[in-house]
Amino acid sequence: MSGLLVPFQYAFMQRAFVAAIAVGLLCSIMGTYVVLRKLSFIGDGIAHASFAGIVIAYMRNFDYYVGAAIVAVLTALGIGYVHRRGNISLDTTIGVLFTAAFALGVFLMSQLKNYAVDLQSFLFGDILGVSPKDLIFIGALSLLIACAVIVLWRGLLYTSFDPVVAKASGTHVETIEYVLLVMLALTIIVALQSVGIILVAALLVTPAAAAYQLTKRFVPMMVLAAVLGVACTVGGLYLSYFLRSSSGATIVLLATILFFVAIGLKHLRAA
Amino acid sequence: MTAGESAAVDVEHLVVRYDRTVALDDVTFELHFGEAIGIVGPNGSGKSTLLKSIAGLLTPAAGTLRVLGTQPKRVPAGALAYVPQIEAVDWTFPANVWDVVSMGRFSRMQFWQRFDDADRQAVETALHAVNMYDLRNRHVAELSGGQQQRVFVARAIAQRPQLLLLDEPTTGVDAETEEALRRVVRSLVDDGMPVLMTTHDLDRVGVWFDRLLVLDRRVLAIGKPDDVVESGAYTSIREHTHTHGHARITR
Repeated sequence: MSGLLVPFQYAFMQRAFVAAIAVGLLCSIMGTYVVLRKLSFIGDGIAHASFAGIVIAYMRNFDYYVGAAIVAVLTALGIGYVHRRGNISLDTTIGVLFTAAFALGVFLMSQLKNYAVDLQSFLFGDILGVSPKDLIFIGALSLLIACAVIVLWRGLLYTSFDPVVAKASGTHVETIEYVLLVMLALTIIVALQSVGIILVAALLVTPAAAAYQLTKRFVPMMVLAAVLGVACTVGGLYLSYFLRSSSGATIVLLATILFFVAIGLKHLRAA
Repeated sequence: MTAGESAAVDVEHLVVRYDRTVALDDVTFELHFGEAIGIVGPNGSGKSTLLKSIAGLLTPAAGTLRVLGTQPKRVPAGALAYVPQIEAVDWTFPANVWDVVSMGRFSRMQFWQRFDDADRQAVETALHAVNMYDLRNRHVAELSGGQQQRVFVARAIAQRPQLLLLDEPTTGVDAETEEALRRVVRSLVDDGMPVLMTTHDLDRVGVWFDRLLVLDRRVLAIGKPDDVVESGAYTSIREHTHTHGHARITR
């Protein structure tokens, strides 16, 4: 029995579990909006775009996450602006802008003589490397996003289902869309630390997509997504300790298994 | 809002364009409180565009548009209810009938306000009005097209608006539902509600509307439904559409 508790005795593991809970909650709650608004592409996009911010932060010698957050938010706002003003579909806009920002990051990196940033950890995440300072950062952003979800609850719900009628009846649809994009950008930055650029999209889509299979109302979907999200991040982290595997990859693979289980359950119920 | 002299909707020389295509050209009419105007015209005649312009969803290229005494985009939250065609949304959204009708209350509510008894009352009344109360716990994907249409109308009624815009609410619904919707709309009109509605069903315009507007990018005719139907303003474009495959206006 005590062998199963081994992972919890190290301070770095305790911090990792706290981060895992926060990231699991945040990604799956925001993921509910991502899945319902058919924005699955955005996690991948903004995560890649933030790479440019990391390189710029390295060049200018300031915190990587501040750099990543600034570029992620600017890209998110840019996506919203080009989509609305240019009357261009959202997925096309995301495709154009995120590759541009990612290319900018690679371009800047290629100008550096000796680049010492641990790229591997940004691509795949390093939840075991979460510092007490990182935890404060994760906690503060989580709180900010949670407040925004509460304040914009009805607006986000209405515009997710029927943005046209919401607008006609006086809801500030554009403002809500921009705020949602910023919230997503910040969520992605929080998740970057634990699962990395490559896998952040999975955490933003998979738990919510699994919950979507099994629920018929919005609140149950969001609650189930949050439960599944935390189960994946915490469970994946725990398993990775014993399997000596990459924590980010283990988390995402666990989420994928849950997704297929959810589809299976849905078919069983329908049968 | 006083139902005094001023019109609920005042459209003057309205022009709306999509890029270079003129969707509405020099449209002028007034909608009064306690009046239902039906809009008929062939596909692509600008019926939906006219409703969307009044709802503040499109920006006119020229002309003036006064809605409830102000510009469309300045109409107070909740004052205008717009009922789109049911194809406009994804019905697999995780919501039941009650949830969707409840959304009608959202535009007036501040985030700190709870969904209280008055809100629940408004939703119940709206559900009863369209005869959907018994199906309130059903998921919206499990409804027929006519039932989804009634859910949309109920959402608009729950909003308790001062102006109601309906985009072809009777398309694809059975005769019974159509008559139920007509009664609901007529009782709102009798209570002073201004209603603007597009339709394809020319046979029933006499019982639905106080006035009928024939639209084909321009206003071809407006007046008492029977007079307009007799004048042949609509049949002429229908025949034109039939023979040439698209609508034409003789200038």
